[in-house]
Amino acid sequence: MKQYETVIGLEVHVELATKTKIFCGCSTAFGGAPNTHTCPVCTGMPGSLPVLNKQVLEYAMAVGLATNCKINQYCKFDRKNYFYPDNPQNYQISQLYLPICHDGGIEIETETGKKVIGIHEIHMEEDAGKLIHDEWEDCSLVDYNRSGVPLIEIVSEPDMRSAQEVIAYLDKLRLIIQYLGASDCKLQEGSMRADVNLSVREMGAEAFGTRTEMKNLNSFRAISRAIENERERQIDLLEAGKQVVQETRRWDDAKEYSYAMRSKEDAQDYRYFPDPDLVPVVISDEWIERIRAAQPELRTEKLIRYREEFDIPDYDAGILTSSKKMADMFETAAAICGKPKKVSNWLMGETLRLLKENNQEPEDMRFSPEHLAELIELVDSGTINGGVAKEVFAEIFAHDIDPARYVEEKGLKTVSDTGALREAIAEVIAANPQSVADYRGGKEKAIGFLVGQTMKAMRGKADPGMVNRLLKEMLAE
Amino acid sequence: MANVISDETMEYVGILAKLELSEEEKRQAKKDMERMLDYIDKLNELDTSGVEPMSHAFPVQNVFREDIVTNQDESADMLKNAPAQRDGSFVVPRTVE
Ligand SMILES: [Zn+2]
Repeated sequence: MKQYETVIGLEVHVELATKTKIFCGCSTAFGGAPNTHTCPVCTGMPGSLPVLNKQVLEYAMAVGLATNCKINQYCKFDRKNYFYPDNPQNYQISQLYLPICHDGGIEIETETGKKVIGIHEIHMEEDAGKLIHDEWEDCSLVDYNRSGVPLIEIVSEPDMRSAQEVIAYLDKLRLIIQYLGASDCKLQEGSMRADVNLSVREMGAEAFGTRTEMKNLNSFRAISRAIENERERQIDLLEAGKQVVQETRRWDDAKEYSYAMRSKEDAQDYRYFPDPDLVPVVISDEWIERIRAAQPELRTEKLIRYREEFDIPDYDAGILTSSKKMADMFETAAAICGKPKKVSNWLMGETLRLLKENNQEPEDMRFSPEHLAELIELVDSGTINGGVAKEVFAEIFAHDIDPARYVEEKGLKTVSDTGALREAIAEVIAANPQSVADYRGGKEKAIGFLVGQTMKAMRGKADPGMVNRLLKEMLAE
Repeated sequence: MANVISDETMEYVGILAKLELSEEEKRQAKKDMERMLDYIDKLNELDTSGVEPMSHAFPVQNVFREDIVTNQDESADMLKNAPAQRDGSFVVPRTVE
């Protein structure tokens, strides 16, 4: 069989983290009852006038600058015309001729090394409403709460050659945008969506093959599988002497299969023209510099700083900075308690474990850094021991409880009253003559069992170090 | 000079505009469109090199709003514009994906 090369370009839609929609003062908050966040503008009523949300423009500029794009200092909006009920104006306001950013790129790293993926352009546009199809009655219900929610579409060059490169690119893009605070970029919840343009060509060929566009990919895993599947489908067609048809396909992750879409893709002729309701945007050099200066520290810079500032392994620094939320948590908690190493241990250990157990991402963390810092203080001051601390942390993680109050209320403080401890140890010694004999006979390890028994008798509320010391002392008597 | 619109183009434009035209309407629309194209040809005779394309009639730029929620729940009013409504939603003929 011939050798084939996969050529992939991505169109990534990112929902911006603004409070209001792109062209009206309606809220973008999730979860409102249908159509409670709508107005004449975002429901396309005749005579209504859209006005651009300045924050949308500034977020788009920030993403462009962070991905090494050039900014179009004269930029405009265009109408993309199509008829579908999710789009009440019968056109989507987007940018075709003069998008806000162009000609950038970001560096990715995979097993095969480093590589720059080009960004063709970034444009601003509005999201559409949501349709719910009624299975029983011959109708669809429309909710326009999402209509007019600001998006940026980041169009890459066809520079990727494998699923690994695609994932690396998306991951890098996501991190940059999260760090900028421009979006939370959650694939599952749709605040980041990727459409994959894929074609295959014989190894060494110059010309691109016919490409297809794949939609409905809402996890990194689905993206990887869809890419493998589509690559094979196209190669099979070519090997059988058939042609690849340029079309939009929808991925069904449960069935691991894609099918060609019909509906509105019949009419690809969008007849773009400049939107006369929206005036052009002119961006001064000063404005660009202002946005550049306000750019927060991105991951690469953060990594370098962590290495210099904190005594933590490179691997840990890598994990801590792989999510904005995690990095913020680390820095804030470390600043409060002044113990970065210990904060890192809690995040790298228990936090990651609990996130995995709950099938959550770092962005889903709901506890406050103050409570983590306080917990570390409680351990360091000897108020609670390590075992109890884990138990308390599980409560912080789940319910963001105040650890000091929780420890007080539940009576979890370490018993430092040696009288009570000595009493418990005496009972343990009396009840376990065999272990005592083993220890005295030179089996040092036997003490571990006796410590465990004492801790159990103390219901975990003793300092294991102190138990060990007292045990040895009393066994020597 | 005279532009001729083919039947296929007429059909396609009708599909894009979601219009069903009678034979008589098609014949009329075709004639109108041909005249429009002739007019564009006429404009094309002008030398416009060095003239900036104009998309807006007024020399206004940079009109923005701040990112502040100003609209309340007016779904009841919004839904008055719906052809039909149910459960707070606009009801439209079933669309097939
Ligand atoms: Zn609105």
